[in-house]
This record gives sequence, C-alpha cells and structure tokens, in this order.
Amino acid sequence: MGELRLMKGNEAVAEAAIRAGCDGYFGYPITPQSEILEYLMMAKPYETTGMVVLQAESEVASINMLYGGGGTGKMVMTSSSSPGISLMQEGITYMAGAELPALLVNVVRGGPGLGTIQPSQADYFQAVKGGGHGDYKLIVLAPASVQEMCDFVKLGFDLAFKYRNPAMILSDGAIGQMMEKVNLFDPIPRRTNEELISQCPWAATGKKKERDHIIITSLDLDPAGQEKVNLKLQAKYKQMEENEVRFEEIQCDDAEYLFVAFGLSARICQKSIELAREKGIKIGLFRPITLYPFPTKQIAALAKKVKGMLVVEMNAGQMIEDVRLSAGNQIKIEHYGRFGGIIPTPDEVVRALEQKIIGG
Amino acid sequence: MAKVKGDIVINIERCKGCEVCMTACPFHVIAMAKEVNSKGYHYAVKVNNDCTGCTNCAVVCPDGVITVYRAKTE
Amino acid sequence: MEEAFAKLDIRKPENIVYKRTDLLVDRPLSYCPGCGHGVANRILMETIEEMGIQDKTIGISPVGCSVLAYDFMNIDMLGAAHGRAPALATAIKRLWPDHFVFTYQGDGDLAAIGTAETIHACNRGENITIIFINNAIYGMTGGQMAPTTLEGMRTATCPYGRDVKIMGNPLKITELISQLPGTYFVTRQSVHTPVNARRAKKAIRMAMENQKLNKGVSFVEIVSNCNSGWKMTPNQANKWMEENMFPFYPLGDLKVDGKLVEKK
Repeated sequence: MGELRLMKGNEAVAEAAIRAGCDGYFGYPITPQSEILEYLMMAKPYETTGMVVLQAESEVASINMLYGGGGTGKMVMTSSSSPGISLMQEGITYMAGAELPALLVNVVRGGPGLGTIQPSQADYFQAVKGGGHGDYKLIVLAPASVQEMCDFVKLGFDLAFKYRNPAMILSDGAIGQMMEKVNLFDPIPRRTNEELISQCPWAATGKKKERDHIIITSLDLDPAGQEKVNLKLQAKYKQMEENEVRFEEIQCDDAEYLFVAFGLSARICQKSIELAREKGIKIGLFRPITLYPFPTKQIAALAKKVKGMLVVEMNAGQMIEDVRLSAGNQIKIEHYGRFGGIIPTPDEVVRALEQKIIGG
Repeated sequence: MAKVKGDIVINIERCKGCEVCMTACPFHVIAMAKEVNSKGYHYAVKVNNDCTGCTNCAVVCPDGVITVYRAKTE
Repeated sequence: MEEAFAKLDIRKPENIVYKRTDLLVDRPLSYCPGCGHGVANRILMETIEEMGIQDKTIGISPVGCSVLAYDFMNIDMLGAAHGRAPALATAIKRLWPDHFVFTYQGDGDLAAIGTAETIHACNRGENITIIFINNAIYGMTGGQMAPTTLEGMRTATCPYGRDVKIMGNPLKITELISQLPGTYFVTRQSVHTPVNARRAKKAIRMAMENQKLNKGVSFVEIVSNCNSGWKMTPNQANKWMEENMFPFYPLGDLKVDGKLVEKK
C-alpha cells in the first residue's frame, strides 16, 4: 500500500504529520523549513482530519503551545530551524521535566547567531546534550533521506508517547529542501478523545469524579522530591538506551576503516565509499540513526575490528566526542567537517580519510 | 415578625489572622484572639451574638475558613 | 473548650449559607495572610462548581505567587513557564474546543515576560478566560518592581520609588488589550471587600460563560494587594490600594459583549 510521491523533505514531514494522525501543529516561519507550515496551511487538514494548524507569534509561543497540547495528551508537533530552536529551549526543558510527548523538527542551518540559511549539522550538541537547563534528554532521530523525513514523523510520535518525552527530528537544510521519491504510509485516523483519555491517564483532560485532579508541572520545590523526579527521568533514559538505539551499517563487514556520519554527511560518505573502494581502500559507513540514545555499544564493537574512523560532520566536531567516548583510544579517530553552510564533496572526504586516518 | 439569626464557625487552625473579616463585618462580631493557633497566628473569634449570617466575612476571607449559618426564627 | 457565643440551634446543614467550596483542595493555601489571591482562587473555583464544569475545565497556573494554584484548585491543571500561559491555553482550547480553559496570571507573568503571548492570544481572539491578578509587584520573588508598579512606588528594585524617567511607565495592559478586536469582555475588579468580591465573582462567571459563545477572550483583571511586598498590614494595604491603585487602575468594565464601554 502507501502512495509514491516526489516531494521535498519539508513537505514530506508535513504530509506525514497529517497521515500520522497528528492533532496539532504550532510553528513559526523560518528558513529553511517554512514549507512545513506552508504545506499544512495549503492542505487544510483541519477540514479533513481535524488537525489544528496554527502560525504562532514566535517560537517561544509555539513550543509552549506544544506544552499545553502535550499536557492534555494530544499528538502535537512543531518545526523550526536553528535560531528558532534556540528560542524554544525553555519550553523543551519544561516539557522534558513534566514528561510530555511532542515531536520537534529542527531543519538545521549554519550558526552561531543568525549564521546562514544554508545546511549545517552544528546543532548536534544542542539536540543531544541538552540545550536547555537541567538534566534531560530528547530522543533524537537523524534522517538521511526524504523517505526518512516522512517515516521518522511517525516513529518520533510513537517514541514520544512510549516514553512521555519530547522527540526531535534533527535534519538539515539540504534534506529539508531536496526532492526525492517518497513512499507515504497510509493515513492513520486521529485518536478520539475517549481513546486519548484511556490511553493517556496521566493527561490533563478535565477532572473526572473517579480520579484525583491531574497536575502537569516540572516544579517540585522539595529537594528530595526533585531528586526523585530526576532519578525517574534518568531511569527512563536508561530504558531508551537499552531499547531504542537505531543505526545503519553500510559495507562494514570487510571494512578496515570506517566513516561515522549521520544525516546528510552519511549520504555524502556513501559516495566517498565508492570512490575509496575504487582506490582499494576497504571502508564502510556507520550511520547513527538515533543520536540519542547513541549507538555506543555498536561503535565500541566496531572499534575492535577496524584500524581507524573518520567522523564526517557539517560542524566543527561534535558527534566525534561521542564516537571517541564509545570507541576508546585504541584506534585513530579524527574529524572532518565543513561548516558555515558548506557541504563537503565526496572527493574531499576521501582525501581527508587518506590524510588524517590512513596516511596520518 | 420573623427575625434573621446568623452564626459563623471559624476553622481557627487555618486562620492566618489577617483581620480582613473583622473589617468586613457590619456588626463587629469578629475580633482576633489573644491566643495563637499552631502556626502562630492570632485567629479570628466571635465576640458577640450579633451575627446575622450576612456572609461578608466569609466572602472576603482569603483562606476560606469561615462557614456561615442563617435561619429565620419567629 | 466551650466556644463563646455559639448559636448551636441554627448550626444545621440546611442552614449553611456559605462554606468553602469542595473545588478548593482541603489544604492550607500558601498565600500570605490577607492576600487577595486566596479570594480570587476561591471565587474562581466557586464559579466552576456552580457551573458544574469541573470535568470540562482545564486551568493554567503561572510562575509567581500562584505558581502552586494547581495544588489548591481541584481541577486538572498545567503549570506554565513564566508568561507562557496564554500560549498553553491557545493550544488546549483549540484541541479541546468543548472544554473551558482559563489562565490565572500575575502582573509580571502577564504584562512583562508574557506580553507577547498575552497580546497575541487576545488579538487572535482565543476563546479562553484570562484572570489577571495585578498587585503591582513581584510578590514571590521578593517584592521587585513589576510592569504595573505605580510611579513613585517603592519596591526592592526601585527602593527610592519608581522613577519613570529611568524605569519607564506603569503599563495599563488591560486598557491596551481592550482595544484589540479579539477581546470580547474586559473588566477590572477587586476582591478586598464583600461587595467587590461579589462583583468580581459575577465578572468571572460571565468570563467563563462567554466561552460558550466562542466570541473571543474574556479578560478579568483583579487589582489586588501585596501586604508582604508593600510592607503593610492587610487592612492597611487594602486602604492604600483604594487610595493609590484605583485612581490609576479604575475598577469597572472596559468592554462588554465585544463593545468598548464609554467613559462617563
């Protein structure tokens, strides 16, 4: 089943949201992801599935609309790009603290500051390490194709509700803007309020006689209570680390060297593998799909098999820290990256491999 | 002629002694006790029989500690 | 101890004319003695009880003195980040259009850090109720200057009095939002006397009933005291409020049924 279409990554996110049975999208325009809101406004799902679509007055308002909607058990999402995601950090940490599900999409552009509107992967730290205040984690999914932009909307919602935790799709301007063939999944009907109330007994849906009133908050002024809240969160993150690690291995079986890359960089590395293998270099690609939880064990195992890893990222070296922590210091692990909106070519990635790992 | 009689019951443990009820009472029924409750507040007490059950004290009580009764007697 | 002046003959359940609503949780409120928040919390819960909408009401508490309002109000509630309550309410009302949604916010929350959320929710005409407690100070944080602090008024961050040349002017946000086409009912009340508290409750009732009409925001400002922050006794504070706050923030309706009320 499904439906084949040629779409932009951003459009695929919007269409997938409607098909996933999303209850509400709240967002604010910012390049390079405005097509998501534009597509939704054009599609008018509020007339078909009943999905609410609202252009908010700011990213700050958008994320707090998610806090409101998520707190009532609704499937809510937003999308933005780097500067907008920075503005959302307050709401994100509140949602993580109050354990609310929601889907966030970051179509990353170059920074810091207003930076550039060109693609980048420089928000890895922000997405994976926190971004807002306090000890919390987001579930972070890194799509490398328009198909994954579509599929991860559904996956992101599933994981967000499974763990009552915000999930983020960490994409970039290139994946958001490029057009590819997508196999769209069949539409899933939105949950009825009755289904929601039975599936989300924690949600604030109006106090019923048979239960206590529900309070959605991240506040606990009692230090012992707040420590308990934190321990509960950490236990939940441990569960995610045990159950939700996702990754892809390409030509790793006979590999002597590895590229480690996510999202767009992983696409580039696939071409670099071809070029390098033509030169007789046995190289494969390890692609983390969940950036949190990070595939630590898998990288540790691969580090015992290969001679070196080149971590290719469109940033100044962020994921490499997690790769090094996973792999230890037995093999050579170096970073190659372009930033400020420049996408590395497959050729220069191979040159970097030869210089930094093989010859270095 | 029917006469309206009122009475109030003050939850003295919850009273914070703010005196707003005392000001609101048209018949000076309420004063603050010399004693304090377990929180250390001089709580509100009745000091006469003139209550008509008008509810003014209860309506302005920030802590909702006053219950008001009213009955008509012949 | 034998209670003095008890009229035991009329203390019967059928003679109760006023008692604490069950929609307030049976626990002490965390507000200071004499604080208007307690009355405002109570009349709001009385209204929801009288309307019979406990199972269909979702409230949003702010950051500030009423941050713990969700512990006192026996309804489902969400605690918002500072100033963001109208954004939460916007989403909740749109996602649950048959529910009653209110925010309960202080002056710093609503008129400083949350100005954008307030104005835009009002301008979009969200079908919600906003209860705005204006006591011209940041009470919970320790008595700092608020957007609504009066000229010359002393606070911890304007210890010599608010100098408008340096600190800017007090903000009449209620007048401001009454001008927006998205507001349907805008009123300013107080709860410091029995008459005022009864009027304020009527205003809250109208503000909640209006949600059935789907005509936009109903906004109830309650000019209130802050005895602790103003460093007065509750009765002194109420008197000071009448003499100083009411001339600048006059009580009464600003907009009814979507029409501005003409000044006499």
